[in-house]
Amino acid sequence: MEVKEEKKQSTGLEMSRRDFLKTSAAVAAAAAVGMEVPEEALAAASNAEAGWRWDKAVCRFCGTGCGIMIAVKNDRIVAVKGDPKAPVNKGLNCIKGYFTAKIMYGADRLTKPLLRMNEKGEFDKKGKFRPVSWKKAYEVMVQQFKKAYNELGPEGVAIFGSGQYTIMEGYAAAKLMKAGFRSNNIDPNARHCMASAVAAFIQTYGIDEPPGCYDDIELTDTFMVWGSNMAEMHPILWARVTDRKLSDPDRVKVVVLSTFRHRTMDLADIDIVFRPNTDLAMMNYIAREIVYNHPEAIDWDFVNKYCVFTTGYIDTGYGMRNPQRARELGYSEKEMQTVMKQAVKRVSALEAPALSIYGYKEGDVIKMKHAKQAGKHWIISFEDFKKALAPYTLDYVARIAKGDPDEPLEQFKEKLKKMAELYIEKGRKVVTFWTMGFNQHTRGTWVNEHAYMIHHLLGKQAQPGNGAFSITGQPSACGTAREVGTFAHRLPADMVVFNPKHRKISEKIWRVPHGTINPKVGSHIVKIMRDLEDGKIKFAWVQVCNPWQDTANANHWIKAARKMDNFIVVSDSYPGISAKVADLILPAAMIYEKWGAYGNAERRSQHWRQQVTPPGEAMPDIFHIVEFSKFFKLKEVWKEWKLSNGTVLPNVLDKAREMGYSPEDTLYDVLFSEKAFRRTIPDVDLSYPQPVAKNPNTGEIHLNTCAVGDKRNVIGVDGKPWKGYGFFIEKALWEEYRLFGNGHGHDLGPFDLYHKVRGLRWPVVDGKETPWRFNADYDPYARKEIEAGRAPRDGKFAFYGPALKKLPRGNLFGPTSKEKVDLTNKTKIFFRPYMDPPEPPDNEYPFWLATGRVLEHWHSGTMTMRVPELYRAVPEAYCYMHPKDAEKLGVKDNDLVWVESRRGKVKARVKTRGRNRPPRGLVFIPWFDERVYINKVTLDATDPISKQTDYKKCAVKIYKA
Amino acid sequence: MNKKAPVDRERRKFFIRVLQGLGLAALGGSIWGGYISEAKTDEIVLRPPGAVPEEDFVRKCIKCGMCVEACKNRENNPDRTKQTATLRLASPGDHRPKEKGKYIYPKEVALGTPYFVPREIPCYMCEDIPCVPPCPTGALDPDLVSSVKDGKKTLDINKARMGVAVVDMEHCIAYWGLQCDACYRACPLIDEAIKLELRRNPRTGRHAFLLPVVYPDVCTGCGLCEHACVTEKPAIFVLPRELALGRVGKHYIKGWEKKEEQRIKGSKGVQKTITPKSEKPPEEYLNVEDLLDEE
Repeated sequence: MEVKEEKKQSTGLEMSRRDFLKTSAAVAAAAAVGMEVPEEALAAASNAEAGWRWDKAVCRFCGTGCGIMIAVKNDRIVAVKGDPKAPVNKGLNCIKGYFTAKIMYGADRLTKPLLRMNEKGEFDKKGKFRPVSWKKAYEVMVQQFKKAYNELGPEGVAIFGSGQYTIMEGYAAAKLMKAGFRSNNIDPNARHCMASAVAAFIQTYGIDEPPGCYDDIELTDTFMVWGSNMAEMHPILWARVTDRKLSDPDRVKVVVLSTFRHRTMDLADIDIVFRPNTDLAMMNYIAREIVYNHPEAIDWDFVNKYCVFTTGYIDTGYGMRNPQRARELGYSEKEMQTVMKQAVKRVSALEAPALSIYGYKEGDVIKMKHAKQAGKHWIISFEDFKKALAPYTLDYVARIAKGDPDEPLEQFKEKLKKMAELYIEKGRKVVTFWTMGFNQHTRGTWVNEHAYMIHHLLGKQAQPGNGAFSITGQPSACGTAREVGTFAHRLPADMVVFNPKHRKISEKIWRVPHGTINPKVGSHIVKIMRDLEDGKIKFAWVQVCNPWQDTANANHWIKAARKMDNFIVVSDSYPGISAKVADLILPAAMIYEKWGAYGNAERRSQHWRQQVTPPGEAMPDIFHIVEFSKFFKLKEVWKEWKLSNGTVLPNVLDKAREMGYSPEDTLYDVLFSEKAFRRTIPDVDLSYPQPVAKNPNTGEIHLNTCAVGDKRNVIGVDGKPWKGYGFFIEKALWEEYRLFGNGHGHDLGPFDLYHKVRGLRWPVVDGKETPWRFNADYDPYARKEIEAGRAPRDGKFAFYGPALKKLPRGNLFGPTSKEKVDLTNKTKIFFRPYMDPPEPPDNEYPFWLATGRVLEHWHSGTMTMRVPELYRAVPEAYCYMHPKDAEKLGVKDNDLVWVESRRGKVKARVKTRGRNRPPRGLVFIPWFDERVYINKVTLDATDPISKQTDYKKCAVKIYKA
Repeated sequence: MNKKAPVDRERRKFFIRVLQGLGLAALGGSIWGGYISEAKTDEIVLRPPGAVPEEDFVRKCIKCGMCVEACKNRENNPDRTKQTATLRLASPGDHRPKEKGKYIYPKEVALGTPYFVPREIPCYMCEDIPCVPPCPTGALDPDLVSSVKDGKKTLDINKARMGVAVVDMEHCIAYWGLQCDACYRACPLIDEAIKLELRRNPRTGRHAFLLPVVYPDVCTGCGLCEHACVTEKPAIFVLPRELALGRVGKHYIKGWEKKEEQRIKGSKGVQKTITPKSEKPPEEYLNVEDLLDEE
């Protein structure tokens, strides 16, 4: 169908001038009255702008994945419009999307490699940044990499990856690290945003990413929005939620839960302001309501056919540094007050009733004995599950969860009750949405699992309009970070490095010797920082992210970068904090200056063509990564390595020789050359140009800096003008990558297909997308399982995710047998208790600090703070505070205050009026503004399972600056 | 022209001293009125909070610059400089828009009088309104920005009526269906002075419009919305209330609002009305024989 539409567009060219005038008038008139304009007319109108070349692309910003059309004239973007054909946004955008074109044209784009040098022109960590050639840059970078690599082995080098990599870039980086350098130290900033969601998907379903899709919005009756300010962070999805609410205001209910009031609450029928971390308790309250007071609401058919009850350990720590090590490193006494809880904590009055089922009472000591087995879980009985829920009465939960001290308790109770009733109501469809409130949480995996628990009990999952749906923050957190697996423990398509079968499959696809891939899980993103501080990593490469601004407890990491013996490379388009602490900066091409693809939150993969030439000597990240591979011979990387835990990576050079490789071959020859792809995807046409490179409207061939170079003839790393790899490397990477998922429930379509459609939701089987997974009405994989009798024939679901599907039985305290139960095609209902976060406010640090974003700015602001309109709209990050707190502190709106934690302090301007209205006792500060470097204040505690940082809770004191 | 500025300033200081010395600040209006009226002021000028109506304002303002000085020195002014202060004194040198044609800018302002241009620097609505109390002449009247709180009169910036924000619905991208509402989020009186009106979008069938609507009875005219607006020329902008707002006749008041009566305070009763229909005396009308159709 979409193919036909492309054709229609081109017929627009043949319109006469008179027809054109008529058409534009009609378009204008129709737009004025809000009529639907026939696609042909729209296309004709757009073709009318002489010399403009329109092409489809995708927005650079959030995980919503809006389609964007880009017009180019004379190698410069002249206009942007929301893509009317994109099913996600139907021609609309938010203001970040509105300014997508402008982000590439900031006055201070990085256009040359910059190296810290002394007066003699040598690399010097204490030197100033000066421009160097790509050749010099790579000489120094290679030398520094080899120094670290030879000294510390594959564990001594690392890449900070990204949920904003294109799929191909992420794939190239992961391939270079895992198959080339045999290092698993690649971890994306997506760890900070999605890891808890991933861990819960894997633990619950055995496969990552949401079963549902955005169509759920139009099909549901109830929105439960937990820990998500969608109105600002996912504006286009929020417009859809709002529209659904307007379509049937009495039937459709919106419940918004947060630790402070924000824009999303404005639409709420029920608004719940809760004490940080008590989402766990409220979820258990809902479950208790179901199990104890509305047992008839349990969908026993669903539960019996598809679910088992499970639980895990609670004494798992908070993902902080080992206290002993922290002490050795000279962490301050203040810091140690919190870090100590990694080893032991005392049961508080708040959590005592919840933990009574384990025999704990207030004041008891919990030793964190299972920090390393945090993810371990086992089957429990329904009776145990029920028993565990007993403490979560309305009285108890309301008492600990009420987050606004000024709200009457009875009113809060009433709200909890009403929310539970909405979940429970028979025939009422419910979608639960969440983002960082759940994910950035020291029990983030738990609370994600809680969402599934409730939906599973009620049988309201994986059906149109019914489901727990984790929304993504970054444009390709799903597409790249998760699906490609640019994580320390992952391989593409949900495979993991510690599984020998998965390694074997990957080695086979990559055509590298068996035994090449390192089985030891690498360092996650926070640990990479800690390893730099420990001197265990001495070379780190930042790609498409800004970890020195976005990692909590930043003072330590700044010191590690600037004071320790290491070499930091930053590939970026603008100078940010990470670039500032780096030793070498490589200028990167931005989104429309390269071919690429992103995958959004509903599993929709969307591709775009290169639209314009990058500025100066900026080059696409693929170039950065692949060029680096040329400097390493197999004999340097595929020899034997001894890892720090005693694991030996075998010498695979002999096997390599058997496969036809020479020890003198480079990693480029084996991993990225045309010859390499000829081996892995022999049947794919990799020539450039080829039909897919043609613009569907004008027939013009699109640029491809990586494949064939461009008009700039940038002098490359070999000192010669860059003429490209000579083949369609982005297509090659895509086609090879999709070998991993095809046939395993992660099927992606062929490269060219994505240039004919507006994205497809995987699994893409026989060219068709899958809107709802695990449901046989929509998912061919579920059908296959049912037809084969591996899932109940009298049902329509199959939860076919393969991971963690063999579990022992046990009780609330631990597993009781060694024997494992097979859970093929089943899913899980987890019980997880309420626990306090590690650093609640006290007398000295009396405020909760939560951080987050604002609509106007993306992440660390490196792009949006360079768009004058967005800068002017929100020029700085404010400290949102309750007016009574401000009064108590003796500060007024707009006054400067110090916000100080045990780890650091920043100055920010107080806002008592405005978009975010915290309750007394909590402040909210966005993190986009490097001048309000809030991550100097935040705590680097993480979820012990997912290793995701909790940016929403630490204790601060505030005083007038 | 620029060279004249220091002289002006000296002169201003001198007069203030004289006036203060005599304790005749209140007379400022009559002394200065004659001088000020020579200088013209564009009607789109925006005055500080608490400014009395423009005609009185230009009479009362003695161009002392105390309000501007206070704005400059307010605690929340980032670097306490004139460049970052909201209020400025009209002077020949600085009276030029930073970007021509991109926003409303008064072409002429009576020299030495205070004004502000929200697209450049809006009023941040300081709670303690530092600019008003220093005014020696009542050109800025604390009573206009005060309310009674716990039986005490206290400064209340929400009472300020510096102007009123107006939305250009044709160029406001929220009215296209885009998700913007930057003005709404920038508004210190969010959900009071600017509210979002939710409307379904029949074109897409699934993305609601979130439309900013200004409530002039609450809007102070601070201009934070205009400052935040992301269109090239702002699609929401502040105009003096005189210019932007209509006026309802004094013969009718809202039956459902008590304070509406204040609007007709001082009304002398309904005046004699006259329309083309009523302009002739009754006899002149009655005595014309024109009803029978001619045959």
